[in-house]
Amino acid sequence: MPSISRDEVAHLATLARLAVTEEELDLFAGQLERIVQAVAKVSQVADQDIPPMSHAVGLTNVFRRDLVSPGLVQQQALAAAPAAEEGRFRVPRILGEEA
Amino acid sequence: MTDLIRLTAAELAAKIHSGEVSSVEATQAHLDRIAAVDPAVHAFLYVDAERALQAAKAVDEEVAAGRAPVSPLAGVPVAVKDVLATQGSPTTCGSKLLEGWIPPYDATVTRKLLEAGTVILGKTNMDEFAMGSSTENSAYGPTRNPWDLDRIPGGSGGGSAAALAAFEAPLAIGTDTGGSIRQPGAMTGTVGVKPTYGTVSRYGLVAYASSFDQAGPCARTVLDAALLHEVIAGHDPMDATSVDTPVAPVVAAAREGARGDLSGVRVGVVRELVGEGHQPGVLASFEAAVRQLRDLGAEVVEVSCPSFDLALAAYYLIAPSEASSNLARFDAMRYGLRVGDDGAHSAEEVMSLTREAGFGPEVKRRIIVGTYALSAGYYDAYYGSAQKVRTLVSRDFDAAFGQADVLVSPTSPVTAFRIGEKVDDPVAMYQVDLCTIPSNMAGNAAISVPSGLSDGLPVGLQIFSPALQDHRGYKVAAAYEAARDAAQGGSLIHRVPELEVSH
Amino acid sequence: MTAVAELVDFDEVVATYDPVLGLEVHVELSTNTKMFCGCPTTFGGEPNTQVCPVCLGLPGALPAVNGTAVESAIRIGLALNCEIAEWCRFARKNYFYPDMPKNFQTSQYDEPIAFNGWLDVTLDDGEVVRVEIERAHMEEDTGKSLHVGGATGRIHGASHSLLDFNRAGVPLVEIVTRTIEGTGARAPEVARAYVRTLRELLKALDVSDVRMDQGSLRCDANVSLMPKGATEFGTRTETKNVNSLRSVERAVRHEMSRQAGVLATGGSIRQETRHFEEVSGTTRPGRAKETSEDYRYFPEPDLVPIAPSREWVEELRGTLPEPPEERRKRVQADWGLSDLELRDLDNAGAIDLVAATVAAGAPSGEARSWWVSYLSQAANSRGVELGDLPISPAQVASVIGLVAAGTLTNKLARSVVDGVLEGEGDPEQVIESRGLKVVSDDSALLVAVDEALAGQPDVAAKIRDGKVAAAGAIVGAVMKATKGQADAKRVRELILERVNA
Ligand SMILES: [Mg+2]
Ligand SMILES: [Zn+2]
Repeated sequence: MPSISRDEVAHLATLARLAVTEEELDLFAGQLERIVQAVAKVSQVADQDIPPMSHAVGLTNVFRRDLVSPGLVQQQALAAAPAAEEGRFRVPRILGEEA
Repeated sequence: MTDLIRLTAAELAAKIHSGEVSSVEATQAHLDRIAAVDPAVHAFLYVDAERALQAAKAVDEEVAAGRAPVSPLAGVPVAVKDVLATQGSPTTCGSKLLEGWIPPYDATVTRKLLEAGTVILGKTNMDEFAMGSSTENSAYGPTRNPWDLDRIPGGSGGGSAAALAAFEAPLAIGTDTGGSIRQPGAMTGTVGVKPTYGTVSRYGLVAYASSFDQAGPCARTVLDAALLHEVIAGHDPMDATSVDTPVAPVVAAAREGARGDLSGVRVGVVRELVGEGHQPGVLASFEAAVRQLRDLGAEVVEVSCPSFDLALAAYYLIAPSEASSNLARFDAMRYGLRVGDDGAHSAEEVMSLTREAGFGPEVKRRIIVGTYALSAGYYDAYYGSAQKVRTLVSRDFDAAFGQADVLVSPTSPVTAFRIGEKVDDPVAMYQVDLCTIPSNMAGNAAISVPSGLSDGLPVGLQIFSPALQDHRGYKVAAAYEAARDAAQGGSLIHRVPELEVSH
Repeated sequence: MTAVAELVDFDEVVATYDPVLGLEVHVELSTNTKMFCGCPTTFGGEPNTQVCPVCLGLPGALPAVNGTAVESAIRIGLALNCEIAEWCRFARKNYFYPDMPKNFQTSQYDEPIAFNGWLDVTLDDGEVVRVEIERAHMEEDTGKSLHVGGATGRIHGASHSLLDFNRAGVPLVEIVTRTIEGTGARAPEVARAYVRTLRELLKALDVSDVRMDQGSLRCDANVSLMPKGATEFGTRTETKNVNSLRSVERAVRHEMSRQAGVLATGGSIRQETRHFEEVSGTTRPGRAKETSEDYRYFPEPDLVPIAPSREWVEELRGTLPEPPEERRKRVQADWGLSDLELRDLDNAGAIDLVAATVAAGAPSGEARSWWVSYLSQAANSRGVELGDLPISPAQVASVIGLVAAGTLTNKLARSVVDGVLEGEGDPEQVIESRGLKVVSDDSALLVAVDEALAGQPDVAAKIRDGKVAAAGAIVGAVMKATKGQADAKRVRELILERVNA
């Protein structure tokens, strides 16, 4: 059983966009370890030839016709925006594509 | 007025449709009850008296004009779990992150409720984003169990279940990802149904774990649940996982079952879901219920589902994995809370600060577990294996349903515990979902019907049906319910203690 | 800013290294609606007016697959000689970006709808290179961000950004080549020719607008260098923002020179995303995103698998147009074109239009002439694609027919075409409303001829002396007097008759 480090939890938190505190890092590292221990027994089937099940329904080929349906007007779209400007969602500066 | 809130939905509907009682009176009675007891119970996050009375008035006008009711439940009040989008009313999912968010659209379930003429009273409390088994994870404070206000009402749909047990609403909508309808039903002495996956649209249900989530009816009687079931079920092209088949005849099945004859029905007791980890009172209640089923003419057999031992573990890998992705959209850009937008922080930083501030500890924990389980190096061992376990669980059900028409187990291994008792031990909390999770894994139907009390606290009997055969469970549940009331001298729910009424 | 290594001369690069290419092309499909919702896909709408709960990623909203987009993806796969999956799924690609509403892209991962194909690409000198296609898969586009407060809308130095989600959820097909090796100095040309050929193919399939300038076709170029004789690939970079065919060639060329420069100074190539700068023709590093291990792909639980029946696939195969390369060869033979004429026709993007005009009854020579010269100029001056001009091949054929019948002169015909382009209706209606009938009544013409001869007696004398070429001046005067409605050939005949009478 791999022990889960604080660094690993910090990386997971970065991927998940959670600005966790130092205390949370400790807390979550410990809890993640415990939870993973409790669920790790599923890996006993890892090598077995069993088809994975991703859906509870056996449907395939569910398609929509290519017809336009009414959506939201601009004011509805922006109604819940924390900030809006010129018909657009206003957000803080986005970290550069350009370094 | 007190009488109106204690009627079943079916009785209330009959009175409204005959003109004996107006929907406005019935709605007002429930609004008054909410005002009186909800400060103590805290089942509701939002009540919209004005809209409710308006909807009630519209039904009364139809009745006055002599027109047939648009549905068997027209004019009957209903409470909706705050995880379903309601256009024009706040939808928070019990989270600070969505505080004040007013959806610009209705969930399909919401739309069906409105089209059926039911009167939506408001939105009920829940564990944040439906993650929890006690409703203690709501950012707006816990809901209390009307049977004992120091105890939890189950979760995540504790608000809907408590609203029923406190007579604040005769009907409620819940959602069940790992037991969140059935387990609160069991803990509050009410009926909760998880329909077959794909038979009730998920459109507008804020996703926790998409491949498990299913909305369903909550009620105080099996028949009421069936009536609500038929209102909300049906194919929806907006949900690609919605099955295009006729709705199972659940109302007819409930009525048939109430006649009390289960001869020719084979009931399978799932060995792996009875025993270890269950409170003795829960087991005793379950065994009594099985005896009652036999007395009703059912043939009882024992079935084995060996892979259920892995189901809980698999669930706590798949559900957080899907959740980590589903909850990524809460990023402070387009709606909801935004923290740290001070001109100095970048969008990326604002996302992280907002999610840190807006999500509670259980949500963060599951996001981190899910992010971990989906990571490249662990995918096969965890997520991939969990999907294989899902196949095994599904096969076990298939085999068991080859031996029995329905399967039974206790709904929850424990009765309602005290608020705060398990909050510090997530793994212990997860155990509470032991019996309910398998049917979410396989996608079949399951119903929880009260089976009596243990130390004054309700216990639930769970009845599983094969996929799309939801009516089987209703028939057995209705038969059992009638026999139970006869044996126990009246309806269980009316033994809930009188709540202290605040004025 | 780290020091930038010198670029290495291209000839030197290819003397030392073998370039290895990998091209990823994103094609926006021209379906009516988005990949997973019923919002329109039209370009250029007011911001956030083509959105709904689904493509805004609102809580609770669910995707529903556009069947026509799947059909287009399968047709693209077939046209690229791919196998079509018997069973495949959508997956979620998880990473955060403000213009991606759900913070995951619904895409395909290990189960693409089409895989294992190829496309033959003809270079300018006629050499044919076979480019192998690894896969073509379906996914959705992101929204668009506008960066405010920085220099010229660039992200760097911006104070904030504004997001428009009209484009979010527009269906994309991503076409990925296998590595293209052994092209040496021709690597940049191969890259351009591949994108050009692919673009034509997609156009012939009628599945996309393929407008690189509007972003409906986008190319990412992966480039690495491998020392000659080596067996292991070098580290690659991925250059994005390549918005024209010319840029594809330039970007690859520049990246080869730049990488060689880095290697020459003992540096190593960083695996990174780079952005192509149209103006300078150079690439610069982009931001470091999640590495591919961090995308946490998993099957999209909100969508069910796609299992195209073989009958459906074969039915779609039946709808494929003739491959552009074969069509070009056939057209050249059918119409008797020189290589140069074919190239002109090709460069004007007029093959389909000429073919349709011929199909409507016009001779190929006239049809070609109209589309390649007059109409191409009209398209140029209007800044639209030839095919977007508001005139149909049938209308062009009708004008050609009227000229052949002597109803219109060439000059009048141009005026009629102008009228059609102005939206004045069919050629007949334009002729009627503009009064553009050829004057065929000789008596009226003779009056004008006589007047013109009388007005220029010296010219009349020259003609009488046998200098027939001088008649041009009189023809001009007559045409002017008749406002160009006379048949110049007939006028000339009448002048000669009159003078020699
Ligand atoms: Mg892609
Ligand atoms: Zn949309």
